[in-house]
Amino acid sequence: MTGIDWLILGLYFAFVLGIGIILKGSVKTSTDFFLAGRAIPAWVAGLAFMSANLGAQEVIGMGASGAKYGIATSHFYWIGAIPAMVFVGIFMMPFYYGSRARSVPEYLRLRFDEKTRGLNAISFAIMTIFSSGISMYAIAKLIQTLHVFDGVFQRLGLSSSWIFDFAILISAVVVLVYTFLGGLSSAIYNEVLQFFLIVAGFLPLSYLGLKNVGGWSGLKATLGTSYTHSWAGLSHANTNRLGVESFGLVMGLGFVLSFGYWCTDFLVVQRAMAAKSMSAARRTPLIGAFPKMLFPFLVILPGLIAIALPTQPAVPPHARVIVSAEPPGKGIIPMKVDASSGLPMLDKDGKPQLDYDLAVPSMLLHYFPPGMLGLGLTALLASFMSGMAGNVTAFNTVWTYDIYQSYIRPGATDAHYLWMGRAATVFGIAFSIGAAYMANRFNNIMDMLQLVFAFVNAPLFATFLLGMFWKRTTGHAAFTGLLAGTAAAAIHHGLTLPAGAVVGIKGGWLAVTHIYPSEMAQNFWTAIYAWSTCFVVTIIVSLLTRAPEESKLVGLVYSLTPKPEEEPLAWYARPATLALMVLAGTVLLNIIFW
Amino acid sequence: MGIDIRLPLGTLFSLLGLILIVYGAASDPSLYGQSLGINVNLYWGIVLLSFGALMFVLSRRGARAAARQEQIAQSHSSTL
Repeated sequence: MTGIDWLILGLYFAFVLGIGIILKGSVKTSTDFFLAGRAIPAWVAGLAFMSANLGAQEVIGMGASGAKYGIATSHFYWIGAIPAMVFVGIFMMPFYYGSRARSVPEYLRLRFDEKTRGLNAISFAIMTIFSSGISMYAIAKLIQTLHVFDGVFQRLGLSSSWIFDFAILISAVVVLVYTFLGGLSSAIYNEVLQFFLIVAGFLPLSYLGLKNVGGWSGLKATLGTSYTHSWAGLSHANTNRLGVESFGLVMGLGFVLSFGYWCTDFLVVQRAMAAKSMSAARRTPLIGAFPKMLFPFLVILPGLIAIALPTQPAVPPHARVIVSAEPPGKGIIPMKVDASSGLPMLDKDGKPQLDYDLAVPSMLLHYFPPGMLGLGLTALLASFMSGMAGNVTAFNTVWTYDIYQSYIRPGATDAHYLWMGRAATVFGIAFSIGAAYMANRFNNIMDMLQLVFAFVNAPLFATFLLGMFWKRTTGHAAFTGLLAGTAAAAIHHGLTLPAGAVVGIKGGWLAVTHIYPSEMAQNFWTAIYAWSTCFVVTIIVSLLTRAPEESKLVGLVYSLTPKPEEEPLAWYARPATLALMVLAGTVLLNIIFW
Repeated sequence: MGIDIRLPLGTLFSLLGLILIVYGAASDPSLYGQSLGINVNLYWGIVLLSFGALMFVLSRRGARAAARQEQIAQSHSSTL
């Protein structure tokens, strides 16, 4: 990095912190801090809704998947996000926003009971800490691998082994300062800033890359149909790059996982709850869906281009041995190098594995001169920060309202809870840093934790769907259903294995009864089993337990809630119109990239 | 609440645009071999500056519209 790149990065930091400082003055009550005073305009909340999900792992991971699986990765957006975003805006937001619940777990208490809320709140709080820790680890590792800070560290006479610590500390401190000062509004405003920065940093990358490989037709000619058609070969798992068949994809990813995330995860739902009116809250996910629909061109396309470029003799600087017989990478993606030994990592055929996570960063270094490189790296950092701030603000709200106020100290003053929220921001980030170092030392523990979270999350949407649309659903049923769903996910995982994997963390730890063609297929089917089990168990237990009083469910259940009154809006700005437009756009994109 | 987000957006992107334009105009053309001979700093700087300016314009229009609505609301309440 040269001086100009540092200038751009510094300017970004100044603005991010500046927003926190300016907004500090407007935080007077806990509602200001945790819910941004419920005063955020729809378009701001909408961009934040999308941006909070757009962490560094998303940007890096989607580029990596683009290089690995091709344009079929866009299913994670077009099937795996858009329909769920439309659903939460049109059908679920009236209950989230209308119930005046301050968090998703709090909605569960209003609708069901205390134990269902507790289960959700505690698992969610732990999960946010670990996921922000894991993403912190990922970004620090990336900064280390890219050697962006090495020059400065050498000039200052510091050991380059501190770069990892420095990267973790600087990003944590910046996020801490602005969320501590301005709370959710500061996080949301910064997410909007970060959204535009991510676009500004990645759009020229896609443009230059596409121009270089001869446009989309050039890409098609180089890579062939398996990379450039999203639905080709999906009738059977063995005939496409993802290793999934279309039923597993649509039901597992498109329904269970995607609705489970976008419709129930407080991290994103919180952004809509902060909107200034019911109609703004309903439009929040719909407005977010428009850029979401187009983001594959920014984050997936660079991955495809990286694999299509002529292979370069690039060996990562931390590799000790150069494999001369094999090309050391594909496209501009380098081979994977074991961090401790410096030797290339080989797959089971003895060929070097590719480090797909470096697809997008390699593209930045390949095409961007000083100046734009600073902007590109700033965009990468911005994506990391928006993802982390999303976790932090969701954590401090759930901690303060659903755990501290409910179980530890009820009935305190509002000023006390505001103070607690700020304190939770500090220790939440401190725990995340701890989790980041844990990820660095014990990679397997992290893999296991992520697996457990997946089991806990998989059945959630069944509970919300029944809770919102079937007034007979009871609290005992919701609780039992969630536990049964999580157990089903764990059992299914324990009984199956992806092809080529070893028994253990990848599955099969009970007995191997079925081999899936890919890990992705196994994940999707785990989710399908978990959801179905939760759905069925919740219905059965509901019918066996005493029905909830209907008078208590007004505003929480579809059939007992009057239709939300529409404020007068131009026809094109109404939620239903936006929903139809975004769905039509998604169908069109699927047809174009068939 | 607080501030209109379009103001910091406008300021940040105008500054970024200006920095890239100045650097792009002053830098050695040989720098742009890797970006296919295109002076990306200069051109993208212009785009970012225009985006920043647009944000300023939208923010002013928004402020005026809000002031007008407040006036209408006030005149309504005074007639009641």
